[in-house]
Amino acid sequence: MVETDVVNRIVQQFGGDRTRLLDMARAVHAELGHISEETVAALAKALDVPRVEVRDMVSFYAFFFREPHGTNVIYLCHAVVERMQGADDIARALEEATGTTFGASDPDADITLRYTSCIGLSDQAPSALVNGVPVTNLTVDDVPELVAALRGGRDITRLRQAQVGNDVRTAGQVIFAPTERGAAVRKAVTMTPDAIIEELNVARLRGRGGAGFPTAMKWKFCRQAKEDVHYVVCNADEGEPGTFKDRAILALQPNLVFGGMTVAARALGARKGILYLRAEYEYLLRDLESELDKRRHLGLLGDNICGCEGFDFDIRIQLGAGAYICGEESALIESLEGKRGAPRARPPFPVEHGYLGKPTSVNNVETLCCAARILVEGGAWFADIGTKDSTGTKLLSVSGDCTKPGVYELEYGLTVLQLLERVGAENAQAVQMGGPSGQCLARKDFARSISFEDLPTGGSVIIFGPERDLLEAMRQFTAFFAEESCGWCAPCRVGTTLLEKCLQKILDGKGTFSDLEALETLGETVKTMSRCGLGQTAANPILTTLRNFPILYADRVRSDDGVMAFDLERAKEECCSVAGRAPATGEETP
Amino acid sequence: MAKPRLATGHFTGCFGCHMSFLDIDERILELVELVDFDKSPINDKKRFDQPVDIGIVEGGVSNDENAEILRDFRKNCKILIAMGSCAITGGVPALRNTMPLKECLEEAFLNGPTIGEGDGLIPNDPDLPVLLDKVYPCQEFVKIDYILPGCPPSADTLWAALTALLSGEEPSLPYELVKYD
Ligand SMILES: Cc1cc2nc3c(=O)[nH]c(=O)nc-3n(C[C@H](O)[C@H](O)[C@H](O)COP(=O)(O)O)c2cc1C
Ligand code: SF4
Repeated sequence: MVETDVVNRIVQQFGGDRTRLLDMARAVHAELGHISEETVAALAKALDVPRVEVRDMVSFYAFFFREPHGTNVIYLCHAVVERMQGADDIARALEEATGTTFGASDPDADITLRYTSCIGLSDQAPSALVNGVPVTNLTVDDVPELVAALRGGRDITRLRQAQVGNDVRTAGQVIFAPTERGAAVRKAVTMTPDAIIEELNVARLRGRGGAGFPTAMKWKFCRQAKEDVHYVVCNADEGEPGTFKDRAILALQPNLVFGGMTVAARALGARKGILYLRAEYEYLLRDLESELDKRRHLGLLGDNICGCEGFDFDIRIQLGAGAYICGEESALIESLEGKRGAPRARPPFPVEHGYLGKPTSVNNVETLCCAARILVEGGAWFADIGTKDSTGTKLLSVSGDCTKPGVYELEYGLTVLQLLERVGAENAQAVQMGGPSGQCLARKDFARSISFEDLPTGGSVIIFGPERDLLEAMRQFTAFFAEESCGWCAPCRVGTTLLEKCLQKILDGKGTFSDLEALETLGETVKTMSRCGLGQTAANPILTTLRNFPILYADRVRSDDGVMAFDLERAKEECCSVAGRAPATGEETP
Repeated sequence: MAKPRLATGHFTGCFGCHMSFLDIDERILELVELVDFDKSPINDKKRFDQPVDIGIVEGGVSNDENAEILRDFRKNCKILIAMGSCAITGGVPALRNTMPLKECLEEAFLNGPTIGEGDGLIPNDPDLPVLLDKVYPCQEFVKIDYILPGCPPSADTLWAALTALLSGEEPSLPYELVKYD
């Protein structure tokens, strides 16, 4: 059978290593187009694991098809910003041009249409991944040409829209300043691991991935964990809707990223590093690999780095397969081990018990770049930038209703209003700071400052102009969390769906004041009872708008007479049609 | 002073909760001292004709008649209590929610093993209630003031909740009364 041959060959390529199952599944998927039940069985057999283990993994990731699909796959980004910029019109145009609907393939199995959440291109929305190739700034008029190119088997990378702009609107001193390849590593080999960690401590560097944990402390804990092997992991999963700053770094400053990883390796005593790259960014892989090759060639990776006896370190890139939760560090590690990306119970924390059970430091792309820069320029230099508790610069990915969307590298301490003026959005109604998992700010908050002490942010800044239906956007954010919940714990798995339904009911004009109370209580439950950061923040869109925009809600609910608006006629339709009877009965009886 | 009035209602369920209610045994004599029964399957009173203090409903909502009577309960009862799993979540009848109503009806009335070839007919008498596409919990139709979980809630649970409410207190049920595993 073809499946078995392909599977066996691929499993062999990876030395039959169960922990590389994600790579094997990716390779099999690439060759066979989908992962059928037979393929699952073949993988399980070749690896000598229960079939359910394989099925569990492949069914988890959004980019694995379980059934045959079209030769070409269009993943249209359907996140909030993209829909604000007209993704729904593009969707209709695509359906018309292909003669199929989203979630299905056209009759000739030429083209499959699918929606996907944010693909990190919100500054050039609407956008899509077409056979993995990003196409940006789409208009309805572009659609027929795109579809014709696919049908004609033409190279879509030649299309005008098949390009990613990496404009950095403002380059700061830390990330987008000019860099010399290898400078940080050459500095690192002259320092002891403790001195490196101390330098970060002086810099007061805090993680840029969201939680803001002091990097020096993380590295110290990891270094102190008594094990023979340590790992450095770079988190390039960047899945928070509205974030795309790591994409810009990976495209423009890869040497800083790999430099930071190598510095971390020196500090932790690690010999292996992994960069976890979200599948949506697969198009960056080639350049990243070639950067790695250059570094190996220059002695910046490999054995005895920069002539430093015994300093051996290399990096591999692990591609994901479409799952927001894999950005959470313990889920990311599970995914690296070839499993479904379900967060682990903590403690133990990854710094003690991480990848393959060994001490692992997971750091955001931007954090690692800061570390590299700090080694070159010094901790004191870095600590001088920004505010007391938020040193350095922060990359902000700005999108939505503004005239200048894009990546901005700005000093911490900037106010929201200053930012809005810079990006051309002074009249904003609201700002989603830190993406859906952050908070939705009203004008009263615009004097607050972007910093760990006031308004922390992973970097996503989504701007809503005065005309936007803010609550509809919050509903879409909530639906995003419901979709991306890994399902492990009930408050998150069930709660996110209930939140979305309750808000939908309010938007449909069927909610009452008691629904607002219900939203609030349920939101608090989801927030406090969920196991990981996804669930703990999933209610934020609703909770922060309930707090900051109470009038928007009050305008949409009716007073409470205890009887809910329920569409009884709709609920009766099916029975009436099956039994062949008129829908009017019960309603008339006195 | 007139005694508080109590109504009970039954929708899509197995009557088990009402049976459990009757399990209060001799305390029913005490109950009769405490309340006047209004509309209830126990006395077979069909319609509301005056305001009622406490309404207790069993079962989920699977047809238009259930929906209408439930709304009637809400309009006429000051306090409305959902009793048992079916009222609260749809319960066992809601298992049909996993498949289309059409399939359920066809299996029951057209293709079932006890139906002779060509003998089947999906009931369509205008006097029958119209089934809803799904079985819904009561709170999708009306505001519910209290829930009494259990399949069924025990007689002691019902008694404790009811006597507390009748004496004007917030019912607070000890763990043993709402623990079912
Ligand atoms: C649902 C969820 C998604 C996350 N996604 C990312 C991500 O895409 N990139 C990232 O660096 N951190 C992400 N994080 C935070 C990581 O768990 C972790 O804190 C971070 O990578 C640590 O790096 P840092 O110390 O450099 O900030 C996410 C967390 C959660 C709960
Ligand atoms: S909070 Fe949500 S995403 Fe996190 S473990 Fe629970 S179900 Fe999974």
